[in-house]
Amino acid sequence: MPWLRSTDALAPVHRSADFAAPGLNLLALLRVCGHSGGVNVPPGLIEVRELTKRFNDKVAVNRLSFNVEPGRVTGFLGPNGAGKSTTMRLICGLDRASGGSATIGGTAYQDLKRPLLTVGALLEARALHPGRSAHNHLLYLAQTQGLPARRADEVVDLVGLHEVRNKRVGGFSLGMTQRLGIAAAMLGNPKVLLLDEPGNGLDPEGIRWVRTFVRQLASEGRTVFISSHLMSEMSVTADHLIVIGRGQLIADCATGEFIQRSSERSVLVRTTDPARLRDLITNEGGEVKDDDGPDDTATAGDVPAFVVTGLPAPRIGELAASAQIVLHELTPQLPSLEEAFMELTAGSVEYGDSTHGPGVQATPAERSMS
Amino acid sequence: MSTATQTYQPPAAQAPAHDTWAGLLRAEWTKIRSVRSTVWSLVAFVVVAIGFSLILSLVLNNDWNTTGGAGAHTQLHNDPTSVIYGAGFGLGQLALCVLGVIVITSEYTTGAIRSSLLAVPRRLPMLAAKVIVFAVLELIVGAITVFVVFFMFTSILHDHIVITLGQPGVLRATLGGILYLIVLGLFAMAVGGLIRHTAGAIATVIGLVIVVPPLVSLIPGTIANHIHGYLPTVAGQLIGQTSQQPADVLSPWQGFGVFCVWTVVLFAASAVLLVRRDA
Repeated sequence: MPWLRSTDALAPVHRSADFAAPGLNLLALLRVCGHSGGVNVPPGLIEVRELTKRFNDKVAVNRLSFNVEPGRVTGFLGPNGAGKSTTMRLICGLDRASGGSATIGGTAYQDLKRPLLTVGALLEARALHPGRSAHNHLLYLAQTQGLPARRADEVVDLVGLHEVRNKRVGGFSLGMTQRLGIAAAMLGNPKVLLLDEPGNGLDPEGIRWVRTFVRQLASEGRTVFISSHLMSEMSVTADHLIVIGRGQLIADCATGEFIQRSSERSVLVRTTDPARLRDLITNEGGEVKDDDGPDDTATAGDVPAFVVTGLPAPRIGELAASAQIVLHELTPQLPSLEEAFMELTAGSVEYGDSTHGPGVQATPAERSMS
Repeated sequence: MSTATQTYQPPAAQAPAHDTWAGLLRAEWTKIRSVRSTVWSLVAFVVVAIGFSLILSLVLNNDWNTTGGAGAHTQLHNDPTSVIYGAGFGLGQLALCVLGVIVITSEYTTGAIRSSLLAVPRRLPMLAAKVIVFAVLELIVGAITVFVVFFMFTSILHDHIVITLGQPGVLRATLGGILYLIVLGLFAMAVGGLIRHTAGAIATVIGLVIVVPPLVSLIPGTIANHIHGYLPTVAGQLIGQTSQQPADVLSPWQGFGVFCVWTVVLFAASAVLLVRRDA
């Protein structure tokens, strides 16, 4: 499967092709005032190579490699405890890597002179002193970067916290705190944004606001790397997905591809003569299994349903027609991102690394282990 | 929300790179002045130091010619600064210990450290800026308080005894008192950086400052006497004495040096851990 990339096939060369995206004017501007390290590395490119983090005996991030490209929103998905937050903390140098590297535009975060001008990160909403006002929180961060004090006012307005800017942040709701965190991330007008679960604690309007916001940032040519456990949210926000489980890479592909290919296409069939149709389908090379869906669909009208994989719906219809079998239902099943995700990460959550989720070949992580 | 559709202009007037240090110092000053605990700790320090000195000087003045004045008279002649600074600063110094600890531990307990280290990923410059800003703040507040106490005390007792900065050792002890307070705050900060938890660090510092010395002094023998003399604040407080007393193991400057060594060693350990540990 081409979208399941093995870790050793990451070629920085083909990445730069994607870089010729809209919004390049701003990027060019940012490139001038930024601190890009490598000569040929796009300034906003995040490169993670063989990144590993061990906490005592536990391996939280295991030889993780991927790129995050400028000009698009890259979603970072994984079940709880998969290592998403740790990976982001490693990229920003908050945690010390046990092995491997993470660079931004070719430079390690620790080597950035004024990092907030390159990278804006919202890693944890409560990364602030509750007794300090929103304004003072932003002000001191601006000062560390040599930014003018009015920059703190600009970003506080940007996230809609103007009225409460002089209030102590201890009294803020989680949603307001998240907005403040986003304001802090925007202080240096960075070309790279790392947002760890920015939707946490936001109401639906706030979530929509974040979505619009990050999509616009990406359209300006910035790199947006955003983790979430809300797969449905990612399906409308992210252009590209990086999926990890147990600290290992599971998928690195476009969001559409992920949905399309992660689940084998299946068709729900309901017929009065299941035995004959099953035989016909099996002879054609399709696979049949009993519908394991909700009870009400399985027993609707007392006509049993089963699920076919490996044969498209029209072909099943033709088979039924040629044998004069009555069909009550013939429904192609479209997997949601949620299902695709569950299917892909099933192996990494429930079973050992050697067990594959249904319909999934060995993951790159697994392959790299062997 | 319309705010999301704004376009972002690159922040203009970016300071040149050599301004980084100025920026870090400004940032630490913003941090320290923008939380209430700073103000309250300093108010507690000033009020306790001046208040207790005032009470003691008034009592001494009142009872000068009556009960048991003799002992105090002798000490005021031999070592006036120990009497003047002993009363108020003995207790008031604890407020500085608390402030020194929370200046650093509050970053950890609140999570603010993660914001701070994202901004200064090399970490040590942040610690250095914190040390400088806190030391300067202590210098200002400490100097004002010490001189207020000195002139208040001496003017109240002026009818009975004349103590001036020109007398041998008095100026050194007075300036030394200010230095002691500065290093004490930094000592507490270093412990805070090692322990990273407010309660644990405050308990440790206060224990080292006021609980351990009397306990050690209970142990008989010259070895225990030397151990006692080298304890951080026991050694450090010698600088506030007008002259070296017979029981003292170290001279005023030696004592202060020992206190500084303690502080530097703790800071070195604190700095190593700051760089190595996950934030």
